[in-house]
Amino acid sequence: MSKLSIKVEDLSKQYRLGVVGTGTISHDLNRWWHKIRGNPDPYLKLTQENKQNNHNNTDYVWALKNINFEVQQGEVVGIIGSNGAGKSTLLKILSQVTAPTTGTFKARGRIASLLEVGTGFHQELTGRENIFLNGAILGMTKSEIRSKLDEIIDFSGVARYIDTPVKRYSSGMKVRLAFAVAAHLEPEILIVDEVLAVGDASFQKKAIGKIQEVSHGQGRTVLFVSHNMGAVSQLCSRGIVLKNGQTYFDGSVDAAVQKYAQINLNLTEPDLKGRNDRSGLGDYKFTSVKIENENRQIVEEVRTGSRIYIHAEIQSFGKLQAKEVYASVCFRDSLGNRLFTLSTSFFGKRVKLDEKNTSLTFEILRMPLSEGMYLCDLYIAEGRGDTLVQDHIQNATKLKVYGNDYFNTGDSQPVGLDQFYTDFKIIKNHNNAIIKGDES
Amino acid sequence: MGKSESEPWSLVVTPKSQLFDLNLQEIWRYRDLLFLFLRRDIVTVYKQTILGPLWFIIQPVLTTIIFTVIFGNVAKIPTDDLPPILFYLSGIIVWNYFADCIRATSDSFKKNENIFGKVYFPRIIVPMATVLSNLLKFGIQFLLFLGFLFYYSFQVNLPSLDVSLLLFPILLIIVAGLSLGLGMLVSSLTTKYRDLTFLISFGIQLAMYATPVIYPLSAAPEKYRVFILANPMSAIIESFRTIFLGTGELEFFSIFYSFTFAIILLVLGLLVFNKTEKTFMDTV
Repeated sequence: MSKLSIKVEDLSKQYRLGVVGTGTISHDLNRWWHKIRGNPDPYLKLTQENKQNNHNNTDYVWALKNINFEVQQGEVVGIIGSNGAGKSTLLKILSQVTAPTTGTFKARGRIASLLEVGTGFHQELTGRENIFLNGAILGMTKSEIRSKLDEIIDFSGVARYIDTPVKRYSSGMKVRLAFAVAAHLEPEILIVDEVLAVGDASFQKKAIGKIQEVSHGQGRTVLFVSHNMGAVSQLCSRGIVLKNGQTYFDGSVDAAVQKYAQINLNLTEPDLKGRNDRSGLGDYKFTSVKIENENRQIVEEVRTGSRIYIHAEIQSFGKLQAKEVYASVCFRDSLGNRLFTLSTSFFGKRVKLDEKNTSLTFEILRMPLSEGMYLCDLYIAEGRGDTLVQDHIQNATKLKVYGNDYFNTGDSQPVGLDQFYTDFKIIKNHNNAIIKGDES
Repeated sequence: MGKSESEPWSLVVTPKSQLFDLNLQEIWRYRDLLFLFLRRDIVTVYKQTILGPLWFIIQPVLTTIIFTVIFGNVAKIPTDDLPPILFYLSGIIVWNYFADCIRATSDSFKKNENIFGKVYFPRIIVPMATVLSNLLKFGIQFLLFLGFLFYYSFQVNLPSLDVSLLLFPILLIIVAGLSLGLGMLVSSLTTKYRDLTFLISFGIQLAMYATPVIYPLSAAPEKYRVFILANPMSAIIESFRTIFLGTGELEFFSIFYSFTFAIILLVLGLLVFNKTEKTFMDTV
């Protein structure tokens, strides 16, 4: 059974930053001049590690650097990593869309990639015509498609509209049709990139089921890329974590998901001035964020059930004029799943920022989260719903919550069962509250 | 493990492609895609138009009428004593096949960026489908030409078709080769240097005047003859007229020259196309 399906050796990919075009000819000529004299490419050694908040002078980065791995036939491997870690580049090389700069990659059998469904749909053609076109683009022959046509139409659930031009389809219908085509490909190696991000819940369930069937039932190799850690751990047996273009971890999927969480936690730095992974107009920026306990002492960990303060400093960088903004703090778990948000917009109110420096403190009366590591995003915007965002920092700070005695009664909850606590009462016979699980 | 190592890999990807790597077996495997692209090119162009495929015919007819008025009646350029309609139409349909092929293949990479960026298939399928769909279009226009030929055969003395008719398919193959080669060359270069797109659309317009489309080769001044004959399309159009209209110059040497030219362009085009298809996603 130990038959290798994919072997990747020393794979690297270099990209040039900035505008391609200006200076391209001069670089090309310089390269060529080095080559005919037998010298190595002068731009390869200038290339630096793929770190997005690096401010160095070279124009070249390694999107991938010395990647090595082997995949057995029938294995389902999840490839995870934060944005820009090199996942998409790796998939592009594996699906032969682009060539590596150095290194080789070998495979046994037909490779089909399911990257962003809908590839190659022609708007003017009908659903049926597009099944043939899309299938052929993905490497099927006409007769293969014809033999599976009914199955594909059936799986897509758009049978009624199959002879209507695709331009009249809703985006959900297009996705379902495209996935149906790709799912019936029967390649030896299937590459799946973030397809589950689209489509409704029932479709996602169907899609995950189909991928499972393809891998377990038919012994096909699947490479699966997703930000959805739930889907990754459900589908995959093995995980490869990429970080800054390098293999950070390769092992069991559970360990990989944990390593990924660790990367997220390590991203945070207390000083926000140096953070470049932020978005927004930047007239106002967060300069620091601190977590304080009930005694207003700066801490890194807080007790569950205790009062905490999140204290953020905002500085004005643009035109010195006061602005009113909506301000929010969003809590996530270490895998990036959103938990809850504290926002002025819940009350329809904006905060007036001062001309130079403003400090905002968010107070949580009782920390509802149970033991674990958590991350906070900071966000200020002039408009609601992601308009006129001034500053947005994901994973601005981390927060460790300890203890499992939310109600401070001395009797503690077993660890790890719940993620949240909440205040509550239990009332017997409509009048006597026999248990008051709240502060009063 | 030992067993698995012995079994050959079906796919090996390395940074550099071989200099000349035309995988015919792979193209054959994707032949259905070729025909589906061909079908897509034909079917979708005239969807939601009232006249539909009639546009294939309207275009050359209108051009012929305008040429007849301007070059024939106003500028009085000779047409080798042929009815102007036949003379211009014959030049236009052959030239258009060449020009349309180049225009369409030269942005193969740019136009299909979103498909190329996501799935792999032999990229050459796209320019091949373009050349074939234009051949189909040429076929329709050729039928129109035959119609006019039949009509005029009652009015003027036209030669009967002879054994030179066998040259006709060879001429078509040469045009297809020329345009495929040039188109691949240009499409590869435009992924990096966009300037070429402007150069090509402008250049094709001008090149028509360096080809005996609106004038017969016999009417060209002696000192320009050599330049006109250096253009591989000149011999094609002249030969085409000789076969069907009986005038013009049919020289085997010129046809051989065009043929060699096409082969060189094809090889060169393939070389550059091959080199580009692996990394064009990074520069396009």
